[in-house]
Amino acid sequence: MTLLDFARGPAMQFAIVVFIVGISFRLVGVWALRHKPDLSEPRQTDAWKGGLKGLVQHAWPYKPFRADLVKEHIIGYVIHLGLLFVIFFYKPHVLFFQDIFGFGWPALPNGIITAIAVITIVALIIALVNRITDPVRRMLSNFDDYFSWFVTTLPFVTGLATAANIWWHYETGLAIHLLTVWLLLIYFPFGKLMHAFWFGVSRYTTGSRFARRGGIA
Amino acid sequence: MKDQDLTLGEELRRQGISRRSFLKFCAAVASSMAIPASMVPAMAESLAQARRQSVIWMSYQECTACIESLTRSYTPTLESMLFNFISLDYQHALQAAAGRQAEEALHQAMEDNWGEYLVIVDGSIPVKDNGVYSTVDGHTNLESIKEVAEGAAAIIAIGTCASFGGVGAAQPNPTGAVGVDEIITDKPILNVPGCPPMPEVMTGVLTSFLSFGRLPDVDSKKRPLAFFGETIHDRCYRRPYYDQGKYAKSFDDEGARNGWCLYELGCKGPITHNACATLKWNQGTSWPVQSGHGCIGCSEPDFWDKDSFYKPLSAGQWGSAEGIAIAAAAGAAAGVAAAVVSRKNQDKLSGGKKS
Repeated sequence: MTLLDFARGPAMQFAIVVFIVGISFRLVGVWALRHKPDLSEPRQTDAWKGGLKGLVQHAWPYKPFRADLVKEHIIGYVIHLGLLFVIFFYKPHVLFFQDIFGFGWPALPNGIITAIAVITIVALIIALVNRITDPVRRMLSNFDDYFSWFVTTLPFVTGLATAANIWWHYETGLAIHLLTVWLLLIYFPFGKLMHAFWFGVSRYTTGSRFARRGGIA
Repeated sequence: MKDQDLTLGEELRRQGISRRSFLKFCAAVASSMAIPASMVPAMAESLAQARRQSVIWMSYQECTACIESLTRSYTPTLESMLFNFISLDYQHALQAAAGRQAEEALHQAMEDNWGEYLVIVDGSIPVKDNGVYSTVDGHTNLESIKEVAEGAAAIIAIGTCASFGGVGAAQPNPTGAVGVDEIITDKPILNVPGCPPMPEVMTGVLTSFLSFGRLPDVDSKKRPLAFFGETIHDRCYRRPYYDQGKYAKSFDDEGARNGWCLYELGCKGPITHNACATLKWNQGTSWPVQSGHGCIGCSEPDFWDKDSFYKPLSAGQWGSAEGIAIAAAAGAAAGVAAAVVSRKNQDKLSGGKKS
């Protein structure tokens, strides 16, 4: 068995199982915890509307802080949109998902995906530099933050190298790229990357609770 | 004077082949193997001084496509000279001798050229149950390769079966088929895989061996770098379409008619090392991708078992939907169990008073 066969076969199956088990464990585990009862009198009945509003409202910087946070928001959006386009609109990736789900969707030309990947890597590096150079953020950061950055950036770098075929050996490069993606999947449920699932839950919960107490989301 | 007593130069002159033709032949081989043009005169000189090389061709678990491929390409061109360069002393399909007479010819050739003959092997070798699944003249292939290899100067494994086991070794590999280098470990071995392999690769390798007295430089799978150094994808004339994101989605759609990239139809070009894209087949006429079919990766180990030929390369071998469903259920069960433990701890800390 070559490294690529291992990456495409057993390693991939293991990573997907760990990912699914982990996501399911954390979502169900938190949902099944005892929820804190809200004993206050509901100020309004349609608290769920506040929850939905919270989903949108927290996607933008709060107005009084906007001037200070706009740079972080732009970098954050570049990274997340970059992830979205590269993962879901690069043809080989679409074919990967098509194989799993049974249906595909249109892809972007490879040149555009390459440009997006380069921009995303630059944004990821800027985010890391900001985190390290800002004393407050550095104090707030732990291993989870740095490792999450590492496992997110690595597949971008190895993927670009594979697409450009700058490896000494294409199959080994492709296998390394796949293995870095599996590392991301395996770590995903157990670290801060889980925010991809939590962000919706937490924004909705915050929005609906505030609304119940009469606040704006 | 026996044929093998003549040098190749003398033999070619005897046949009326001019030095100019001979130099052109050397230049063609040198260019296909990326040998610098400045080496051509030295190569020709060395080749002209060489004696006809004794070659013993052993066929084991094979389908004869390798020899079919090689012989057909040799017909009227420069390559036809190659059979004058070598003395093919034993070859099942081509030799006139049969039965015990053929086996005697083999042993005679081995004795006459002990330590100097070149062994070419096509077909995989079964090793399970002491190799009983394939025998010639009462001897298993396993016994035969060990015997023939002992006096060989070098071994060339022709085709994917002799190189890596090929279709014989495909799962579940009932005969325990393997390639030559898994049995013989103390001789120089060169793999020329392909199903079948390219004829020009064979001629190039032989010429190189005769000229320089050693096998050419190889990659990690013992394949000559000159022919297997790059992937089909890297040298494919459809590569620009891959870069532009233009793919044929079926074998008869507009993309296929426009000659777009066949990646989506399962082409294995990106992971396949071979010279098809540059040398082409049938004297440069065409090759599979040019004919509209993706590369199936036939020069790579275990290509039979690497999923469907029509499955895109980026699609994984991801197991079953049941496995994923079980994983999701197991995760959910573990989550509920963790929550129950957490609730019990909460109750314990609050002394049974529910918050």
